[in-house]
Amino acid sequence: MPQGKLCNRQPIKTDEQLKLTLADKSGIQYYAEMEELDVDTDLLWSTIQKTMKSRTKTWLEICAHCGMCAESCFLYQVNDRIPEQVPSYKIQSTLGHIVKKKGKVSNEFMRHCMEVAWSQCTCCNRCGMYCPHGIDMGVMFSYLRGLLYSQGFVPWELKIGSGMHRVYRAQMDVTTEDWVETCEWMAEETEEEWPGLTIPVDKQDADIMYTCNAREPKHYPEDLAEAAILFHVAGVNWTVPSEGWEQTSLSMFAGDWECCKDNVNHVYSAIERLNPARVTGTECGHAHRATVIEGPYWAGRPDGLPPKPYIHYVEWLAEALREGKLKIDPAKRIKEPVTLQDSCNYVRNQGLKDVTREIISYIVEPGYFVEMAPNKEHNYCCGGGGGFNGIGRFREQRNVALRKKMDQILDTGCKLVIAPCHNCWDAIRDLEEEYEIGIRWSFLKPLIIGMLDIPEGMRVEW
Amino acid sequence: MYELLTGPLLWLVFAISFGGLLVRVVLYFKGLSQQLDRVAYRPHLSYGLKGAFNSIISWLNPVGARAWRIRPGFTLIFFAFHIGLLLTPILLTAHNVMLQENLGFSLPQLPACIADILSWTVIVAGLFMVLRRIAFPEVRILTTAYDYLLLVITVAPFVTGLIARYQGGDYQFWLLAHIITGEIWLLCLPFTKLSHCVLFFCSRAQLGMDYGIKRGGMKGSTFSW
Ligand code: SF4
Ligand code: SF4
Ligand code: SF4
Repeated sequence: MPQGKLCNRQPIKTDEQLKLTLADKSGIQYYAEMEELDVDTDLLWSTIQKTMKSRTKTWLEICAHCGMCAESCFLYQVNDRIPEQVPSYKIQSTLGHIVKKKGKVSNEFMRHCMEVAWSQCTCCNRCGMYCPHGIDMGVMFSYLRGLLYSQGFVPWELKIGSGMHRVYRAQMDVTTEDWVETCEWMAEETEEEWPGLTIPVDKQDADIMYTCNAREPKHYPEDLAEAAILFHVAGVNWTVPSEGWEQTSLSMFAGDWECCKDNVNHVYSAIERLNPARVTGTECGHAHRATVIEGPYWAGRPDGLPPKPYIHYVEWLAEALREGKLKIDPAKRIKEPVTLQDSCNYVRNQGLKDVTREIISYIVEPGYFVEMAPNKEHNYCCGGGGGFNGIGRFREQRNVALRKKMDQILDTGCKLVIAPCHNCWDAIRDLEEEYEIGIRWSFLKPLIIGMLDIPEGMRVEW
Repeated sequence: MYELLTGPLLWLVFAISFGGLLVRVVLYFKGLSQQLDRVAYRPHLSYGLKGAFNSIISWLNPVGARAWRIRPGFTLIFFAFHIGLLLTPILLTAHNVMLQENLGFSLPQLPACIADILSWTVIVAGLFMVLRRIAFPEVRILTTAYDYLLLVITVAPFVTGLIARYQGGDYQFWLLAHIITGEIWLLCLPFTKLSHCVLFFCSRAQLGMDYGIKRGGMKGSTFSW
């Protein structure tokens, strides 16, 4: 019967509960409580009956057990191809079993499911492209995560993560004041070098409303400054909202669908309030997936689209370069072998493969760009997707997962990796830390700023 | 017995089988949910249909999807099995004679030797599928008794049919066995995983729509399938 104090079926809704859970270092108490947590089997089954529609049901039923999906999963590949890592097996032995048992499963089984759902699948959706029946395990694992979350079987960090989103509407404790102050502070600092630069907050009817990842104001505010510089140089009439600026969604990784909806509505109401012509987000894959690709459905928007055209940063950048709003000094183009990390969340999930290569064509000296193999929509997950990066309990498994990307990068022979996705960027940083293969990695913003051909007098030279 | 099996009973089997499959298709599409599946099926129908079409075509074509291209061996067995499975019963002369007697029309017919080859293909490919399930750990772990049972049910009409055709043993017995195994197979279609004969199209269409709409189609990207 017992629900724990930290580990329970209730989402974190108050600052107090959030702090309490955070104070439990590495979730020691949290996971201890999880071992005692009861499964509300009736609730589980009724949730499944309400939410499991023909697509998932059919997928579970018609899977031909052919094993075609095995090799498509990078986790299967890097884990010595053990059969337990075959995508179909992973989902059949977890979600499939819960459904077969009509929700009557044990605590131990739920913990096993948690481990599989968060440490054996990053929801990268690659396997779906290799299954003759079009069975997408990434989609089904997201669904399973939702079921597990609703029963309290979710990794400690993600319980906190979605709690952060619920309490602060950001994946970190960045309040509206913190955010606006960061904008002002960054504008002041940057303006010294870029006269006239501003970070306009809550400006009505701008051309572009910019949203970002809470880790930027919290840990590397220079990313915000870089975005401001590029908008400034491009002469864009832009703004950031004081509320609704955070577009990431750890709740999506956690399976906290209610929270996902709340977050995305928060961003959408900022769009409706400020009425920009378009919105663009930062260099983040999952944030884009959450706010632009999946978000409209969480919010119940019938057309499946955000209230205004909402593009990924790479789309904005490609456009600015194409239209000459940003000019690259040919002498400063990258002249070393460089490769590109395709982020599953906007390549496999929204087809943005060519715009990134268009950007490359402007910033890399011909002949120096080396594709990873495979690439574009067939590229492998960085190894840290789906929340994997952040979960301490599965650190070891995550480090193994990084090896696929490591091999891909090593095969290109490049020392520089462009990663226009926060998660990928982190994963590649961690992989260098773990395996020391001597690479560097970068977002696009700093690279581009370093290569800009800037109109006379726009920048103060020191 | 023969009259019964090829007369009223056959029609009943057909009705259950094809009716059942139709119901499955209808239920599939009725059970889709725009919000839960996160695909706006209706508002972007043209993108969706394009994606659906693209997806189905690419997977019906043995070199259309990357997954087929990278595993030519499996692809060959797989396509041989399914082509034999589909063509033989429809185009077999003996079946068409029945059709002619009952309905007054018949379909183009296969020369006997081709029908034989196709039947043998089904049996041999089926055998390979079994061996594959045993040999490869990544397939073995997925395989259950149910998978073998379905393979047996599927191949049985071909085995019995060939024995009857070569007059091996008691013709009457094997003919009846052929008819009965064939009817069992038909009856299993809507109620087992064999329903993939229609649900494949549903699932592919659905995923094709997903890709065609939000996962790239609206950005002008056509995935390689
Ligand atoms: S490829 Fe598809 S049908 Fe085959 S085992 Fe994997 S999920 Fe099942
Ligand atoms: S979604 Fe990605 S990580 Fe998950 S099973 Fe499929 S290929 Fe593997
Ligand atoms: S972190 Fe990047 S590569 Fe990994 S799943 Fe997310 S988007 Fe894909």
